[in-house]
Amino acid sequence: MLVSIVFDGVAYAMILFIISVGLSVTMGMMGFVNLAHGVFAMAGGYFTVSAMVAVGMPFLLALPGAAVLVGVASLVLERLLYAPLYNARELDQVLLSIGIVLMAAAAFTFAYGPGPVSIDVPDYLSGQIDAGFRTFPTYRVFLIAVGAVLAVALWYGVERTTIGARIRAAVDNRRMAESVGIDVDSLFRFTFALGSGVAALGGGLAVEVLGVSPGFAIQYLVLFLIVVSVGGLGTIKGTLVAALVLGVIDNAGKYLWPEGGAFIIYAVTIAILLYRPHGLFGRSHG
Amino acid sequence: MADATRARERATAHVVTAHRWRWVEAAPWLVATGAFFLLPDYMTLGTQIVITVMFALSLDLILGFAGIITLGHAAYFGVGAYACGMLSAHLGWTEPVSALFAATLVAAFVGWLSGLVLMRYHGLTLLMLTLSVAILLQQLANTYSDFTGGFDGLTGIYFDPVFGVFEYDLWSHTHYWYALAWLAVVFVVARRIVYSPFGRSLVGIRENALRMHAVGAPVFRRQVAVYTVSAGIAGLSGALFAQANTFVTLDVLGFTRSGIIMIILILGGTGRLYGAFVGAIVYMVLEDELSKLTPEFWEFGVGLALVLVVLFARNGILGLLDRARSLLAERGR
Amino acid sequence: MSDFVLEADAVTKSFGALSVARDISFRLEKGARHGLIGPNGAGKTTFINLLTGVLTPDRGVVRLGGADVTRLTPEQRCRRGLARTFQINQLFPSLSALENVLLALTERDGRAWRFLRPLGQHADLIDEAMSLLAGLGLESIAARSVQELAYGQQRLVEIAIALASRPRVLLLDEPAAGVPGAESRLILDAIEALDPDIAVLVIEHDMDFIFRIARRISVLVAGAILVEGTPEEIAADPAVREVYLGETTHAH
Repeated sequence: MLVSIVFDGVAYAMILFIISVGLSVTMGMMGFVNLAHGVFAMAGGYFTVSAMVAVGMPFLLALPGAAVLVGVASLVLERLLYAPLYNARELDQVLLSIGIVLMAAAAFTFAYGPGPVSIDVPDYLSGQIDAGFRTFPTYRVFLIAVGAVLAVALWYGVERTTIGARIRAAVDNRRMAESVGIDVDSLFRFTFALGSGVAALGGGLAVEVLGVSPGFAIQYLVLFLIVVSVGGLGTIKGTLVAALVLGVIDNAGKYLWPEGGAFIIYAVTIAILLYRPHGLFGRSHG
Repeated sequence: MADATRARERATAHVVTAHRWRWVEAAPWLVATGAFFLLPDYMTLGTQIVITVMFALSLDLILGFAGIITLGHAAYFGVGAYACGMLSAHLGWTEPVSALFAATLVAAFVGWLSGLVLMRYHGLTLLMLTLSVAILLQQLANTYSDFTGGFDGLTGIYFDPVFGVFEYDLWSHTHYWYALAWLAVVFVVARRIVYSPFGRSLVGIRENALRMHAVGAPVFRRQVAVYTVSAGIAGLSGALFAQANTFVTLDVLGFTRSGIIMIILILGGTGRLYGAFVGAIVYMVLEDELSKLTPEFWEFGVGLALVLVVLFARNGILGLLDRARSLLAERGR
Repeated sequence: MSDFVLEADAVTKSFGALSVARDISFRLEKGARHGLIGPNGAGKTTFINLLTGVLTPDRGVVRLGGADVTRLTPEQRCRRGLARTFQINQLFPSLSALENVLLALTERDGRAWRFLRPLGQHADLIDEAMSLLAGLGLESIAARSVQELAYGQQRLVEIAIALASRPRVLLLDEPAAGVPGAESRLILDAIEALDPDIAVLVIEHDMDFIFRIARRISVLVAGAILVEGTPEEIAADPAVREVYLGETTHAH
């Protein structure tokens, strides 16, 4: 039983990680408090469903397709709404992003109806995998694999490539990066689109596990923010560790203590933030 | 010499007369009275609006005046509501006024206790902590359902007539006047605080905390103090909510309630006391009318209004009125 | 009880490997007019932060009126008579000049905890604030919000706020920085007109400015005091010329 609690927790954590990681990097870079990041995941979920149902695209093609679409579309939102508020008060950023969440929820209700949507995952991803000593659900194995591949790819991209070095410099000290000639604005747009696209991929993956409905962005808003702030802004490692810790604890709590386990993750979050206000791997800026 | 005195009077007038009552300040109370006689069938909504104004007012004290941002102010509303409800349902404490006082004290105490920790943090960390504290309380209320009724809500709440005389009626007429009387008391207190040296020092903290430290202000203790007062008022509004509805559910502590009260205050205008009135009336009347027709359009409209306010009208509806008035004054000249 | 109102005794501070204050000993007597100069990055503002309590030294002692205040916060030190201005304006931007000064006055007076009587009815404080503003030539703009004022006037409001604490020691961090020439005259006048009992420490880049005010000058280089003396001694000191003025001693 312990194995399956941890296993399910890790699969759940991977979705949290994939959706939250872009938020962590963009918030770390621009210091923008964005409560609307879940909207990109939600849009990714819906577009994946549409691509499969309306166009008949296979699942493994629909996922990246939705990610690219959302990534590009997010740039419009960034220019139109986010950019004017980069130097505004946190309060204004919070309010703007709440406004975006509400509009998105209403728009998706209008387009897709209020209920959750579902897809048929392909046969090779349903069923169980026999690992010898026990069996595991194939789809969750797939989730963990995708999460692991993404984590490694993102880590490599940020730690080992030139563009990654620029991103790190911009997260570390935006003004300094600008003064050495890094075009932080276009770098940020690139990161924003990438982060939104990856979140959309997470949303597409979540349809089968968490379910996607118009309330998704509001329902999980708190969780994504918690993952990001517990991990520390602007760190991929931090987001991964926070997602794993919180995902496994949340899953275990709900499993072992169904009537009371839901508050454990908030207690853990408060404890971590009291002790480390900038998160597990975050550093204070300024 | 007389000229010099007059010049000095002119220069100090904005401080000397700031706290004086203006005629226009009678407007909310005239509206409230007029609404009772013109729309007697809407007093259930009216009562909810009065309670919401009080809750928004409590948020204005910390957000608008002291500049403390929070995503979890429903925590204190909820504590007040549950405290008041549980006093009646479990202890049989059915005298309404004293129960209200007791619930206010409980909420203020929780505010003080959490404020002692929370006010040490700023920015995103503070946002996340206030958010987490409120949701933690909500989950605890869910877990300990023996006391709180959990997911099904707290029932069995009953209160005696106010002062043993005023019976409650189906149309919430008694509740309306009762809540309005409390709002008047709270408003006068909040208004006093805002124009006092203490209230001005809160504005100083909002404007520049670093400078407040440098002029010898105990910034932290002052933030805890106003946080406690604000939590108490939020608790009082929650307790009124419990008495008016005789039913308390988990959503009194929810993130949605924290978010909506912030939206209401922002729409009305922060840091000016009356933003709470304008925001609550506009939001709740429109919600009552529009959300019945099409809930999606209402939700979309709120989101759009919020985006527009942030981008173009940071000071809310009252800020827009101010701007219109000064434009007209310039034209008139 | 010593004659010195502010003393730093072997104050040392470093951030990691970077040593920003090395063994600084320094004294201000009652009524002192002291200048602190040094090249950029010498640690002048760090030193002010150590004196005011924004930073805590790794070693050494700061005394105010003879009492050890090394572990006290800025607000506690302010209440013991230490006031400062900031290199970059730290005002209450949307409030009027009068309200800016009143905030400092209510704190000094201990009335800032009072929450019933409106500030507008504390006539004695309002009078005192207006006198303070008048003393700096700011009476006519008392009602204007400080964000609308000219930069030089904002610098004067900085000084007015510091004076409202009725300090025994006043630290002025580049009071004339960024102020156009004509207006810097006003600031100079204001400093010259200060109560002679207040001990004043001025950090300033403008040499003419500091030589006008200071009776003694300390030169801070790389976190340590290089030399201290009268303006004449400092002006003639070859080491100062070399390090600070960038001249070589050979250039006779």
